[in-house]
Amino acid sequence: MRLGLDIGSTTIKCVVLDEGNKLIYSTYQRHYSQITEKIGEILSVVRKEVPNVESALCAISGSAGMGVAESCNLTFAQEVYATRVAANTFIPGTDVIIELGGEDAKILFLSNGLEVRMNGTCAGGTGAFIDQMATLLNVPLEEMDDLAKQYEKTYTIASRCGVFAKTDIQPLLNQGARKADIARSIFNAVVSQTVAGLAQGREIEGKIVYLGGPLTFMSQLRESFDETLNTKGICPENSLYYVACGAALCADKTIDFDEVISKVKNYKGSGNFAFNPPLFESKEDYEKFVERHNKAYVKTGDLKDYKGKAYIGMDSGSTTVKAVVLSDKCELLYSKYMPSKGNPVELIKSFLQEIYEINPDIQVVSSAVTGYGEDIIKNAFSVDYGIVETVAHFTAAKHFMPDVEFVIDIGGQDIKCFKIHNGAIDNIFLNEACSSGCGSFLQTFANALGYSIEEFAEKGLFAKQPVDLGSRCTVFMNSSVKQAQKDGATIEDISAGLSLSVVKNALYKVIRAANPDELGKKVVVQGGTFLNNAVLRAFEQEMGVEVVRSNIAGLMGAYGAALYSMEKSKGKEEKSTIATKEDLTNFTHHIKVANCGMCNNNCRLTINTFANGKKFIAGNRCERPITKKAPVNDRNIFSYKLELLNSYEPVEGKRGTIGIPMGLNMFELFPFWWRFFTDLGFKVVHSPFSNRKIYQKGQQTIPSDTICFPAKLMHGHVQSLIDSGVDTIFYPCMSYNLDEGLGDNHYNCPVVAYYPEVIKNNMKSVRNITFLKPYLGIHRPKDFPKKALENLQPYFEDLTLKEVKSAAKAAYKEYDNYFAKLRKRGDEIIAQAEKDGREIIVLSGRPYHVDPEINHGIDKLISGFDVSIVSEDVVSCRVEKFSTNVLNQWTYHSRLYAAAKYISTRKDMDLIQLVSFGCGVDAITTDEVREILEKNGKIYTQIKIDEITNLGAVKIRIRSLLSAIGRE
Amino acid sequence: MAELKYDKNGRLLFTKEMKEEGYTILAPAMSPTHFDIIKNVFIHAGYNMELLDMCGPEVAQTGLKYVHNDTCYPALLVIGQFIYALQSGDYDVNKVALMITQTGGGCRASNYIFLLRKALKRAGFPQVPVISLSMGMESNPGFSLTIPLIRRFLAGLVYGDVLMLLRNQIMPYEVNKGDCKKVIDKWTDKLTADFAKGESYRRKEMNLYIDQICKDFSEVKINKTPKVKVGIVGEIYVKYARLANNDLEKFLAEQDCEVNVPGILGFALFKVDNRIEDIKLYGGSRLKYKFCKVLYNYLEDLEKIIIEHTVKYGFTPPGKYTHIKELVKPVIGYGSKMGEGWLLTAEMLELAETGYENIVCTQPFGCLPNHINGKGAIRKIKEINPKANIVTIDYDPGAPKVNQENRIKLMLAVAREELDR
Repeated sequence: MRLGLDIGSTTIKCVVLDEGNKLIYSTYQRHYSQITEKIGEILSVVRKEVPNVESALCAISGSAGMGVAESCNLTFAQEVYATRVAANTFIPGTDVIIELGGEDAKILFLSNGLEVRMNGTCAGGTGAFIDQMATLLNVPLEEMDDLAKQYEKTYTIASRCGVFAKTDIQPLLNQGARKADIARSIFNAVVSQTVAGLAQGREIEGKIVYLGGPLTFMSQLRESFDETLNTKGICPENSLYYVACGAALCADKTIDFDEVISKVKNYKGSGNFAFNPPLFESKEDYEKFVERHNKAYVKTGDLKDYKGKAYIGMDSGSTTVKAVVLSDKCELLYSKYMPSKGNPVELIKSFLQEIYEINPDIQVVSSAVTGYGEDIIKNAFSVDYGIVETVAHFTAAKHFMPDVEFVIDIGGQDIKCFKIHNGAIDNIFLNEACSSGCGSFLQTFANALGYSIEEFAEKGLFAKQPVDLGSRCTVFMNSSVKQAQKDGATIEDISAGLSLSVVKNALYKVIRAANPDELGKKVVVQGGTFLNNAVLRAFEQEMGVEVVRSNIAGLMGAYGAALYSMEKSKGKEEKSTIATKEDLTNFTHHIKVANCGMCNNNCRLTINTFANGKKFIAGNRCERPITKKAPVNDRNIFSYKLELLNSYEPVEGKRGTIGIPMGLNMFELFPFWWRFFTDLGFKVVHSPFSNRKIYQKGQQTIPSDTICFPAKLMHGHVQSLIDSGVDTIFYPCMSYNLDEGLGDNHYNCPVVAYYPEVIKNNMKSVRNITFLKPYLGIHRPKDFPKKALENLQPYFEDLTLKEVKSAAKAAYKEYDNYFAKLRKRGDEIIAQAEKDGREIIVLSGRPYHVDPEINHGIDKLISGFDVSIVSEDVVSCRVEKFSTNVLNQWTYHSRLYAAAKYISTRKDMDLIQLVSFGCGVDAITTDEVREILEKNGKIYTQIKIDEITNLGAVKIRIRSLLSAIGRE
Repeated sequence: MAELKYDKNGRLLFTKEMKEEGYTILAPAMSPTHFDIIKNVFIHAGYNMELLDMCGPEVAQTGLKYVHNDTCYPALLVIGQFIYALQSGDYDVNKVALMITQTGGGCRASNYIFLLRKALKRAGFPQVPVISLSMGMESNPGFSLTIPLIRRFLAGLVYGDVLMLLRNQIMPYEVNKGDCKKVIDKWTDKLTADFAKGESYRRKEMNLYIDQICKDFSEVKINKTPKVKVGIVGEIYVKYARLANNDLEKFLAEQDCEVNVPGILGFALFKVDNRIEDIKLYGGSRLKYKFCKVLYNYLEDLEKIIIEHTVKYGFTPPGKYTHIKELVKPVIGYGSKMGEGWLLTAEMLELAETGYENIVCTQPFGCLPNHINGKGAIRKIKEINPKANIVTIDYDPGAPKVNQENRIKLMLAVAREELDR
């Protein structure tokens, strides 16, 4: 008889096999992080229920089982390995196994060369992610599957990890997308993440088996895999228990129940983990702290009997909807704090109805709305004002501390901070995707353990050793909990540790402040997350400052909006336009999903129609689907760059065709190579500009999931060239770029420099064609022709040095030409903007950020704000070389510093930097660019982009910037 | 405290006065086996050198506070370690300087020194000078890499490589636990004393002592039972520093494995060879070419010493540079030089070829060159050598050890199955 335990990140599975390896007992239970208690419990039950189990051989498996196995002196079988052992026994002839667990995803290739793969660190959280999404959609986990069955359309959701996906789903929910569509899209994202991250070039084919909790319980998830892999996988009997069975099969030691149960009960871990000082040393400390913070409170009034002027403020955030009614003396008459549950419109409607019910004669003078849902709420209920979040939060903070210097708001999804100088917003810090969801993570984590957030936070207050759980992102934090438990951290330590992690993330990742001087002395903190005393304390402790938190910290956005509407309505007609009681009775809301189709972006639109005849369209990048007019391109250099690149058309040649993948550095060097090869008698074609389909063509061959998206796209470009019949592809390796004299050196980044090697080593299809990836140095024009000839002659024997020399000369000239044209147009855009008094945004990044699939149409979105757009290479040539605080050694990045320097000299220019996720080099450039700008009193704005981008967050950034510089 | 002097770009210099005043120079102990010996080279040259090897979690936490959190892990650790040391009160912050290496390649590592300076400013130590240990990237009046110093430095590397190589081959099999450590301690003590006096770096001495080291190790009583043989490759800091790789060598030893970590001399050869290759690929000055060639030949001679003696006593010698360079030819071009470049791929091929086909490929989370030479090359390596059993592990302040160990255990499970066969 054999006993196997599988201790996963969220569940414990236990099986008993008889002598013939037949499953005679099994149990599957969630452990709510009470791992040791649960094991003891399960073993006691097994002992009672299975006769003769006393002498069974036993082994433990599962990602959370390692520590327990060690301490109980039991064999540990690695779970993927165990799966394989079980599969060989129970389902021989299997080719591929896909197993999804709470945290890890695994693919096992069993036939034709064994390979076992697990997701990388950055792609964790599969099952836990589905859990979280169910919470977000406000449906029980069991109903997710039924919901997904009713889908009609799907959305593309980021598949990098749970945090990214969540960032995508929140705005969809707030825009009114159907839950069924979202549910199915979530499954597709999981599939895409698994396939893209783990297949790494190996085809998933043959007899495919699905294992693990999510795949067992969710038929639609299996369906989604079947669809993507174009196959029909099977989910065998006992698919939940393969790991446990594998462990049982690996078992080689007889279990001593008494010993194991007692050891498990007394499991202490090594006690050797990184921890921080306690949040509070004593009860007195805590009481003093509470007393101090009780001083900031808002006076309340009674809505029912209120006769004066009233003001309504609403904040439709990503995870919660907040709304308040204020009296003309700023008293809080009524307020509501509601989880958004994916339908802000319904919530606001019921809020308004409640007000009218409590006080039918209420005289609403003005109203304002802010947050992600601003547009939809404004349209649905004819709200007087829509304002950007920074303004709302600043207005509220000022009310509590008129000379406030720093405001930090940690909401469910976002972290927003801003510095105030001379009564105006002076600098803004907004989180990027990796930092999102910290606030709501605390909540979901608490709930997953069976606590309310209040109970959970309370536990942390007096923890002795708040454990260090890292601050990279919530996926990492979640798996660090597993480590902490292994090391013996208590639930109290973990609670306090999580609060600290959230704070550290805000301080060191979002604000990048190392000491209190960088914040200022007068700090106001707000946002629902700060109502949690543990978080508040952690913040004060970490920064060494005392801050102000009001009793309505969670309502500050709405409160600020109401104050704003009060301010605005002064001296105006005293009647708000907001929906009346009658309007609400007749209120209707219809949602339609459609594709725009008016340009390449082909945005998935959600069209909301309301009873008042107003329409609200979401999901669009530009105004085109609303105005039906093409956007004005003559103020946007990005459109011009694409036009210019497309003007290099193929010319028939005697030597055949050369294909060039249009990605990374080719966005700038194409004119060079086009001229070079055209003059040598080749017909030069490039792959089309990227789109989702092109990406998917190469997705399965990407070996590294944490590499930047522009690099990932290259696989698709090469494949699409091959598909179009091109038999020679030229894609050179280039350590160096041209020297523009702006820096200390002129490197390319390692990815741009050597990506051709990855293509060659990972794409089988390039073996059937001629794939040229010579190392070439165009930075040495004198040597270049000879070296180019050396590399090309083996393939084109009749090439002569004379020809190559002349082609090279023309190529350099063409490159200069391209830049001359580009800069001429840039200068024109700037001159026109100067004439019209329009703001100029220098949308900076890399040459390849001009690719619409990479920038997600952000350029169009920005130009919708009536600003002109140029790129960094238009202005970088306007300054001389200067010294920087970093080693200025990459050509593209030198341009960023130069552009920042130039912008600092102009009042009408501001910089927005596009940063691709995974770009290590930008960890250096962003800090330096920011420093150059801030030294000169400019605001730095960064937009992180990846496979998918949350345009809502981008909009908020741009509006915040524009309002801070007084342009909104 | 000496007077603070700056160069024309405002960089704080390490001056002659500072050296004379006996400023403590702190440097990170990337690989203790090597650096314990090499430290004395600097002491002999009149620098008051001290190695930092504290390992607690505070190091990463301090790093996160002062460095951009998306910067690579080695930078976070090295900078965190420095600042933590300065804040500890153990050093007179007005009489201390810091030293780190700078290769000047196209990866982020060349910028560590600048990130360190930024961090020092933010942490309130603007008066602490930072010395770049590099081939002519930055100069300081109080520090110079003279030829005698370079020769001794390289000799230290060689001794370190030999000690590490032999320890890894013998320790897992020793009958009397502690025998190996005795040999290591004996030689570390001797070489420390010799180096502090400026001796034992000449070829003749190296030949003599390395032969004796090999002999001493060959006399350790061993019981050669079959064990899983694991090679470790990766980004140089994460590969060697236990602070970064959560003491990977120790973990593997506990899992009853024999470990092989390719030495630092190969990396030195690679970095010099890069300059030669650059000229071959793109053209360049003959003079520079000749200079690099001289240095290259010198290093190759040192390599010969190691190989000759280790082979003589029946040990597995380190892979010969020219051989591993040949191995990698069909996989990655010689122009791929940033970070560990093609060398990392080559080391995996060589390890797999010499029986260490189970490989841990370590890298900082988001390491750019490793996308190309590590993760990006594994598919091809497996095609060439289907036995290669490679696991890639990302190291990061937030990456939990249990997940890393779990993945390594998966690799080991497959390895054990192969071993049993």
